[in-house]
Amino acid sequence: MGFSVSKQNGVTVVDVEGQLIVGNRQELKTRVLEELDGGERKFVVDFSQTGYIDSSGLGVLVSLSKKIREQGGELRLSSLNEDLRTLFELTKLDTLFRIADSREDALEGF
Amino acid sequence: MDSELVLEFPSDVRAIEQAVEAVLRRCPECEAHARKLRLNFRVGLTEALSNAVLYGNGEDPSKPVRVEVCIAGSTITARVTDQGHGFDPLAVPDPTTPENVARSGGRGLFLMRELLDEVHYNDRGNCVTLVLRLDPGFGGAASA
Repeated sequence: MGFSVSKQNGVTVVDVEGQLIVGNRQELKTRVLEELDGGERKFVVDFSQTGYIDSSGLGVLVSLSKKIREQGGELRLSSLNEDLRTLFELTKLDTLFRIADSREDALEGF
Repeated sequence: MDSELVLEFPSDVRAIEQAVEAVLRRCPECEAHARKLRLNFRVGLTEALSNAVLYGNGEDPSKPVRVEVCIAGSTITARVTDQGHGFDPLAVPDPTTPENVARSGGRGLFLMRELLDEVHYNDRGNCVTLVLRLDPGFGGAASA
């Protein structure tokens, strides 16, 4: 369980490996804010290796998206499996984020 | 076959995932309902445990969270109890309304209610009972 950060075409891509839950949400927040403080403005969080997200994980994504927008940037999400899409739809967070089917789609036109 | 599991763990957010996995390991007979276990029960139970650790016990490791799970036929019942003073679940606003959807918190109870068939609190508000029915022949859909 963890996060890996890479750069692709000027976009910071964060892979969530395992779960994004109350126990590790702060680690994701710290990693992304470090990049934001370092001047990065374009972010994709990729969930192709993610099992599940709880409400704390959803909350940290909302919080990070707001902070990035305040700095003139954008946070996109990609590669949500059926379960994760269900959670975003139930909570109506699918209306708040740009959600791409794949990492490539998320990076396109960024 | 009916089975029961009782466990207690310290109020540490890092212990929540292990507690959830320990409960799910006791549900092998429910494999036909993999998605309801993987999504509905796992997320619902995680939310209940998170609320108990964070808000009920205030992350005080000296205060344990108690989990009791009973599998009876096609029904899973989980009771989560913390040491806190409780809260009024009716006072929690709907996180999906336009004025609330961009808030960072407040989705835990909503997800429990959406993903499980029944969610009951005791009068004090420090004990929540979750019920998920694994109806025969209904193993794929996520809606509770």
